[in-house]
Amino acid sequence: MINKNKFLLALPVAVAFGASISSAQAAILEDVESRGNLNCGVNVGLSGFSSTDENGNWQGLDVETCRAVAAAVFNDPDKVVFTPLTAKERFTALQSGEIDVLSRNTTWTATRDNSLGLNFTTTTFYDGQGFMLDKSLGIENLEDLNGASICIQSGTTHELNLADYFPSRNIEINTVTFDTPDQTAQGFASGRCDVLTSDTSQLSALRLQLPDPESVVILDSLISKEPLGPVVRQGDDQWFDIVKWTIFAMINAEELGVTSDNVDEMKNNPPNPQVARLLGVDGNYGEQLGLSNDWAYNLIKHVGNYGEVFKHTVGEDSPLNINRGMNALWNEGGILYAPPIR
Amino acid sequence: MLRSSSRARGPLWRNPAVRALVFQAILLLALVALVAMIVFNTMANLEARGITTGFGFLNERAGFSIPQTLIDYSGNSTYARTFIVGLLNTLLVSVMGIVAATIIGFAVGISRLSTNWLLAKLAAVYVETFRNIPLLVQILFWYFAVLQALPSPRQSLAVFDIFFINVRGLVMPDPQPLPGFEAVLWALLLAVGMVALLVLYARRRQARTGKALPMYWLGAALIIGLPLLVFLATGMPLEWSIPEMAGFNFRGGVTIIPELMALWLALSIYTAAFIAEIVRSGIQSVPHGQVEAARSLSLPGNITLRKVVIPQAMRVIVPQLTSQYLNLIKNSSLATAIGYPDLVAVFAGTALNQTGQAIEIVAMTMAVYLVISLVVSALMNIYNARTLLKER
Repeated sequence: MINKNKFLLALPVAVAFGASISSAQAAILEDVESRGNLNCGVNVGLSGFSSTDENGNWQGLDVETCRAVAAAVFNDPDKVVFTPLTAKERFTALQSGEIDVLSRNTTWTATRDNSLGLNFTTTTFYDGQGFMLDKSLGIENLEDLNGASICIQSGTTHELNLADYFPSRNIEINTVTFDTPDQTAQGFASGRCDVLTSDTSQLSALRLQLPDPESVVILDSLISKEPLGPVVRQGDDQWFDIVKWTIFAMINAEELGVTSDNVDEMKNNPPNPQVARLLGVDGNYGEQLGLSNDWAYNLIKHVGNYGEVFKHTVGEDSPLNINRGMNALWNEGGILYAPPIR
Repeated sequence: MLRSSSRARGPLWRNPAVRALVFQAILLLALVALVAMIVFNTMANLEARGITTGFGFLNERAGFSIPQTLIDYSGNSTYARTFIVGLLNTLLVSVMGIVAATIIGFAVGISRLSTNWLLAKLAAVYVETFRNIPLLVQILFWYFAVLQALPSPRQSLAVFDIFFINVRGLVMPDPQPLPGFEAVLWALLLAVGMVALLVLYARRRQARTGKALPMYWLGAALIIGLPLLVFLATGMPLEWSIPEMAGFNFRGGVTIIPELMALWLALSIYTAAFIAEIVRSGIQSVPHGQVEAARSLSLPGNITLRKVVIPQAMRVIVPQLTSQYLNLIKNSSLATAIGYPDLVAVFAGTALNQTGQAIEIVAMTMAVYLVISLVVSALMNIYNARTLLKER
C-alpha cells in the first residue's frame, strides 16, 4: 500500500515542486551515466517476463530488455536497478522520473502514447487478449460465456477490451477486479470467477502458478491486439532512440545470425558488411546515439540476440513454452521486422 | 494619559494593532504566492511534459465495468458516473460499518464493565485482539482466509433453499415491488411521524404525572403494524425474485459480493474494539455516586444505565466517537487491497490509470474525503452540543 501511495503522489509532487525537471529531462543518458545505473520499471511478478528466481535475481523478457539497454550504455548488463510496479503505478513512476524506462508488458495504445507524456519505443512482444478456464466446463467459444464471472487485473487494456467485446454481442458477464497478477490468479484458483482473462502470454505464465496447470485450458479466440514494448518519457529523443535501437539491434542480430556465442568471432572477422556495421567494425552508429561504437556488440555479447532471449525466457527452453508465432522474424513467418543499421 | 497619547501619535510600526495587521497581511500574501507558484509551476511542467490536463475527461466514455454499482452503470458510462459509483460504494460500506461498529462497540464496552466475570473477560479479549492487529491484515484475513475458502457456486451452502452462500458471495431473494407498493411506504412514513408525536406526548405526560408509557412496545407496534396492515389490505403487492443456479452463476435474487462482506466485517470489528474502549472510559468517567444515588431511589438497573449513566457518559464518548467514525470512513479506502470497488479503487485507481490525469483525479478524491469527514464532524458536533451538560 505504501508503495502505491508513493507513486500516486509522486507525480503531483514532482510536477508541483520540480522546477529542475525540464533540464533533467533533457538528458536522461547523462543522468543514467552519472548515476552509474539504469532504473527500470518491471512487473511485480510475471514468470517469463519479469520475476525473481530463488536467489532473488530478476529474469524474463522484459528484464533482459533492460539489461540490454544497460549493456549498450555501460558494457555491463548488471548495472540495472529494477523497480517492481503494478499496472496502476507504472505510468506515474515513469512520468515522475522514478524510472528511466518502463519495460513491463505494457500495451501500446493511442491514449498512452499521446496523452500521458510518454513514448512507446517499439514492440518486443506481439500479444492478444485470451481466456483461460477450467477444462471440465467444456467450453470452446466465447459465446458460451454468458453469465460467467471473469477475473481481471485493474488498470489494464483488458478491462476496456472486455467492456467493448461482450456487451456488443449481448453476452452478459460479471467482472471481478484485482490489483496484481498474483491476486488475479488466486481469485481464479479459489473459484471467485469462472474465467481468467489477460494477454495469452500472461495466461501461460499464470497457469503455471495454479495447483494443477493441466486442469485448465486457454481458448484459441483472441479479442484484441496487444503489442507490448518498453516505454520512455517524452521529450528526450536521444534516450528514445537508444532504447528503440537496442531492441532493433537484438532483432537485427538474430536476422544476421549473430549470437552471444559467435559474436567475438563475427567481430574479428565479419562475414558481411551488415554484420560489420552492427558490431561497430564499420561506421559510427554507436556515436550517433551518444554511445560507444561497440554498443551492439556489448549488448549481444552480454544478453544475446532476440531469438536467444525469447528462447530462454518464454520460449522452448522455458516452462512457458510459448511458440514464436507472430513473434518470429519477418522472413520466418512472423511480423518481427527491424529497420536496417546503415 | 500622557504615555498613551504619545503612543497613539508615535510611529505606525510601534502600534501593536497595526503591526499585527501588517504581519498577518504578509503571511497571507506569502501563502497566496506559494499556492500560485505551485499551481503555475505544475501547469508549466505538465505542459512541458506533454501531459493532458483539465476536467474534460469526466465527459468521456469510461469503457470499463465495475462489479458492484448502486446506480445504472455500464462500460458506456462516463468517467463522471464512475466517480459517482465509486463514491456511493464508499458511502455504502462506511454507513454499514459505522452502524455495525457502533452496535458492537457499545455492547462490548458495556460488557467489559459487567459483573459477570466471563462476559467481562470475553469483552476484554475481544478488544485486545482486534485493536492490536493491523486493519489491512484483518481485511485480508476475512477475504482470503474466510470468504475465499467457501465452496463454489455449485456446492453452495443453502439456507431454506432461498439463501445461498458461496465463494462469490451471499445470494438472497430480491424483493420486487409491484404497483401499489408505494402505499406501504407511505404507511411506514406515517407510522414514524405518529411515533415521533407519541414520544413528545409521553415525555410531557411523564413530566406531569410521573407515569411512563410503554414506548418500546407502542412504537414497535405502530412501525411494524401499520405498514403490515396496509400491505395485507392492498393484496401484498410484492414479488420475490428467488435465486436459481443456471449455467455459471445464480440467476435472479440479489448478490452481496464477498469483497463488500470482508471489508464490512473487518472495518466494523476493528473499529468496534476502539469504540468499546471509548464507551468503557465514558461510563467510568461518571462518578460512582451517581449510580449509588440512582440505586438509593430504587431505580432498576437498566433505567440507571439508560437514564443516569449513559447520558452523562455521552459527553465523554461523543468527541472520541467522531474520530473513530472519521477513521472508519478513511480506512474504507483499504478496499483496493481486495478489489472492492470503492472510490479509491475505481476512480483514483482504474480511472486514473486509463486517463493518466493523476492531478485532477487525486485532487477530486482528496476533496471528497475532506467533505465527507467535515460533514460527519459537523453532524457529530451538533449531537455533542445537545448532549452537553445543561448547566442551570
